[in-house]
Amino acid sequence: MIFQFFQTVVLGIKSLMVQKLRAGLAALGIFIGTATVIWLVAMGEGVSFRAQQQILELGARNIIVRTKQPNEGEQDAANRVKTYGLLRADYRRIVENIPNISRAIPMRELRFELRLGDRTADAKLVGCVEDYLALNRLEMARGRWLSSRDRGKKVVVLASDTARRLFPFENPIGRTIWVGAEFYTVIGQTRDRTASAAIGGSLDSRDYNLDAYIPLKTLRQRVGDLVMKRVGGGQGFNFIGEDVELSQITVEVENIEEVDETAQIIETLLKKYHEKEDYAVVVPRELLRQAERTRTMFNVLLVVIAGISLLVGGIGIMNIMLATVTERTREIGIRRALGATRTDIISQFLIETVVLTASGGLLGVLFGLSVGPIFETLKRAVLTFSPESLPPIVQTLEPRIAPWSVVLSLAISLGVGVLFGVYPARKAAFLDPIEALRHE
Amino acid sequence: MSVEDQIAFRVEDLCRSYFLKGETVHALKGVSFDVLAGEYIAIMGPSGSGKSTLLNVLGCLDRPTSGRYILAGDDVATLNDYQLSRIRGQRIGFVFQSYNLLQQLNVLENIKVPLQYQGLVGSEADVLCQHLAERVGLGNRLYHRPTELSGGQQQRVAIARSLVNDPYFILADEATGNLDSKTTDEVLDLFETLNNDGKTIIMITHEDEVAARSKRVIRLRDGLIESDTRN
Repeated sequence: MIFQFFQTVVLGIKSLMVQKLRAGLAALGIFIGTATVIWLVAMGEGVSFRAQQQILELGARNIIVRTKQPNEGEQDAANRVKTYGLLRADYRRIVENIPNISRAIPMRELRFELRLGDRTADAKLVGCVEDYLALNRLEMARGRWLSSRDRGKKVVVLASDTARRLFPFENPIGRTIWVGAEFYTVIGQTRDRTASAAIGGSLDSRDYNLDAYIPLKTLRQRVGDLVMKRVGGGQGFNFIGEDVELSQITVEVENIEEVDETAQIIETLLKKYHEKEDYAVVVPRELLRQAERTRTMFNVLLVVIAGISLLVGGIGIMNIMLATVTERTREIGIRRALGATRTDIISQFLIETVVLTASGGLLGVLFGLSVGPIFETLKRAVLTFSPESLPPIVQTLEPRIAPWSVVLSLAISLGVGVLFGVYPARKAAFLDPIEALRHE
Repeated sequence: MSVEDQIAFRVEDLCRSYFLKGETVHALKGVSFDVLAGEYIAIMGPSGSGKSTLLNVLGCLDRPTSGRYILAGDDVATLNDYQLSRIRGQRIGFVFQSYNLLQQLNVLENIKVPLQYQGLVGSEADVLCQHLAERVGLGNRLYHRPTELSGGQQQRVAIARSLVNDPYFILADEATGNLDSKTTDEVLDLFETLNNDGKTIIMITHEDEVAARSKRVIRLRDGLIESDTRN
């Protein structure tokens, strides 16, 4: 039985080899369709994988409460100093009122100039607490991170780029630098950390390498909440001020199931004390779910597109097989005279069609599986000739092959073979043997 | 052995009519004869005599409109397409005027085709086919394609193919029609040898020289048997 099937397959290959170019062109449609499914899905998966990684880095158990510049009302526009954002009181209220959180990490960040002699670094000064290191997966390159004993002290931990600008050649540990108008002692330096991309409209991208970390308490005592900025040109200087107490509070919930509920409670709590909407509550877990939904939709779309191309390929196959049946009418007659039943003829032509689509499909899968190296080569070639032509998302994109897409595309290509092979095969089987034998 | 045991097949009052352009054409109008095992029969007749129709019915490619065609106890008129296919494959060996070999297969594979439809495959089948190829004198051409053979050689492949299922009878349709006189003689010699070995042969022909080599001649005219003579 198996041997017989094998023989029919061999016969199918032989018959197809009679018209190599024709069979090749017919299989090409399936090849392209199959490869398209795998390629498109791999690209989509690559994009969404990166997004998911970033969201996961934010922590699935975390709720991020961020200060947001509110939409300006008319009176606000007249004010030189804008007061908005999260308050230390908000932090206290969250910690005191919400029982199921394991920790809450406040943070304040602002642009600030660091100086050492004639070297300057326009860094992001981050006032933070000890947990900040672990929360953002920062690692120390040398020295040590802030500890609880540093609270209120004038110590600073530099990020990699900041350190490079101020100390291109020396070891910064133990040295003092100017932070604004005061001396701070450098106690540590963090490793390079890849920037996180923006996630939807909820979170901006964040580059960690130009940071300088000081204790939150020190920031409050030495720098204060009010920061003046010089803006515009024209005659004289214009100053505007921003009075912000905290930039962000990251809340970690004990139980992952309670994240959504807790986020709701925090939002209700904050609403009570904020007239304007000068804060945003971001739930990475919700973002993750959104990303998951987007991914699913995207995948469905891709599969539909690829399915259409496979359908077109299938129609090509059917066309070829109908021509084949007509051409081989006499062969069909001979086989019928020699004892072939209708079922025999159907299986012969059906297997031939499936061999055709399956070989196209298999080659398509092989080509699809090589998406990584091929895409990399293409990308490098394009980047060599015109480095600016690719958007960053494409430059950093790494296709990820989804196993299900391989299985699916192969199954579809076989299915197309059966689906579009049945009609020609039945047509062959129901030819009148006498007529078929007489056919020239 | 009684006569019944020796009968290869029997046709009784066989009729076959077609509807062509609203007209009923009676191709066979009641043909009856018995064929005993081991006979060598030539069926002759001018065109339009019902020769081809009789061939199609005897070959189980067609069913009679009325009458009976008893082949090894089965009445062909009552069988369905599947059963007819099985009978063609097991009990009848076809030899055609234009050889009808499959071009994409070699000699050995062509001989093997009827076996495949009986589910007989494997090394035994190979041995049998090789043996038959040798028997028709093509032992040294096993792996040639039909296009690489002469007409006579192709017809001998077809004869080997018709023997492979050990059929009840060989049905040859103008088997020498495309051959020159020398190869015709060779092929007829082969048929004679087979007949001497006990094979039943039904030969449809319009050539007297071919019919002369058979042992019994049935002449058809207008869908009826005109004469049935033994040489």
